[in-house]
Amino acid sequence: MALTNETIQQKLSEKFGEQLTEWQEPYGMLTFRAPAEMNLKVMQHLYDDMGFRFLTDLTAVHYPHSVNEELCVVYHMHNLVDNVRLRFKVFVPISKPDVFTATQLFSAANWMEREAFDNFGVNFVGHPDLRRILNVDDMDYFPMRKEYPMEDPTRTDKDDEMFGRGGTVV
Amino acid sequence: MSEHQHHIQLAEESLAKQTTTLNLGPTHPATHGIFQNILEIDGEKVLSSEQTVGYIHRAFEKIAERRPYYQITPLTDRLNYCSSPINNMGWHMTIEKLLGLKLPKRVEYMRVIIMELARIGDHLICNSVVAVDTGALTGFTYVFQWRELIYEIYEEVCGSRLTTNIGRVGGFERNFSDVAWQKLRKFMDGFPKVMKEFEALLNRNRIFMERCIGAGPINAERALNYGFTGPNLRAAGVDYDVRVAQPYSSYEDFDFTIPVGTTGDVYDRYMVRNDEIWQSYSIIQQAIAKIEEIEKADPAQKNIFYAPEADKFHLPAKEDVYTKMEALIYHFKMIMGEIEAPPGEVYHAVEGGNGELGFYLISDGGRTPYRLHFRRPCFIYYQAYPEIIKDGLLSDAIITLSSLNVIAGELDG
Repeated sequence: MALTNETIQQKLSEKFGEQLTEWQEPYGMLTFRAPAEMNLKVMQHLYDDMGFRFLTDLTAVHYPHSVNEELCVVYHMHNLVDNVRLRFKVFVPISKPDVFTATQLFSAANWMEREAFDNFGVNFVGHPDLRRILNVDDMDYFPMRKEYPMEDPTRTDKDDEMFGRGGTVV
Repeated sequence: MSEHQHHIQLAEESLAKQTTTLNLGPTHPATHGIFQNILEIDGEKVLSSEQTVGYIHRAFEKIAERRPYYQITPLTDRLNYCSSPINNMGWHMTIEKLLGLKLPKRVEYMRVIIMELARIGDHLICNSVVAVDTGALTGFTYVFQWRELIYEIYEEVCGSRLTTNIGRVGGFERNFSDVAWQKLRKFMDGFPKVMKEFEALLNRNRIFMERCIGAGPINAERALNYGFTGPNLRAAGVDYDVRVAQPYSSYEDFDFTIPVGTTGDVYDRYMVRNDEIWQSYSIIQQAIAKIEEIEKADPAQKNIFYAPEADKFHLPAKEDVYTKMEALIYHFKMIMGEIEAPPGEVYHAVEGGNGELGFYLISDGGRTPYRLHFRRPCFIYYQAYPEIIKDGLLSDAIITLSSLNVIAGELDG
């Protein structure tokens, strides 16, 4: 039986019960939230029992206003046989951004996790080689976090309010 | 920085050891871009390698968080700059998906023509460069005249050649000119002969085959695990193509096949790309025929090059801006980036020259994306390179690199 969003949700709910929350379907892609310490269990189950053998994308998002869940790691997985995609997210506090690594399951996760670490400072526990990848090695902050504005904040000749997003985001 | 330069200490160690450390890159004729490979070789055999990327990292994802949507299109140009139009169209389609826009068929077919031309251009570069790295320069100089014609077509449509910024949200900035159609016809008439000759030079060329067959192979399971997509995955035998799996821009209306290989070696990658060029050629033929059919049925369609519902994102015609107040106001608002997009979360993928090019966009309802992530196929599959070249010859490592078609712009984002 081909998988649909409903059957996937049903199967995952049977397995994990109430632990998976915030079920949504934005623009047709099934999206849910998992507890941070469950990410590998969910992924392993999707891989072994539901045919999601392809990790399309792994990235992070920073929500500075959500207390204790500032950093979000987003996984996009793809079942190539039934041709369904899904997305799931885990949230971690910025003070202790620990997420288990997916490198044991997907070799592709290696650099994607390094990129998320490099830009957001997500600490992937168990990663074989968690170093910066795109930015310079002696950088001492995580540039994609929202507290670092794009424009030089000391500039007075340019008012950001006039150009898209105003002022500082935080 | 001291930690970063640890490889420099290897010089001392290499006095005692029996193997050689070789720096391939960051600027090296064989890398065709700026990225470094530090190879440990024993004679000509590659024992291990370490990669360094990020030499041209331009932080597009950060920049995009402060740019109105239309100003992000030029950033996408600079990802895979061998097939910029596909990146541009992918980005427009992401916004259209967010807005829930439906485009007229003629516009979608026009997009298909441009995207498939870009694919031909991209594959021509990759395949002719594989040939160059095996020592055959003739094919390269020969097909490049036809890539030049593709660039002239872009120039007629959008005004620029390499970093195209082609199209707008909702369609195109202007209709295809007569000259653009003429050049397209010239390409369609002349290209097959040249392509056949290019294939005659290489496909069954004994020297080329001996060099490529069995060099740099990867099996389907490893390729999937490494997140391969595009021609490199199909060469390993997996028939995954975004154009078929999740059709966009009316690809479901076209009749084409997905070429697959078996061993995933350099020769298979070369052959898959060659066959895709022919498939793309056939798709363009079909698209031209479909557009002619539409125009025959309703001549008024000739002037349709964007979806009228996209008026919030599509600049009004210049003569209206000069004569009508409404149009002037909208023009100004758009240029100043004061157009707000609805909140939402979208992942849209297109089949780029190198595989699944994904745009993950989170909009909070503002004038700029809250977060934009590019799934860059090169970045994901290039990490398999050390595993592929291990225990092979150095010369195989070089042609493997060119046949993987690693584009530095897409690698570093």
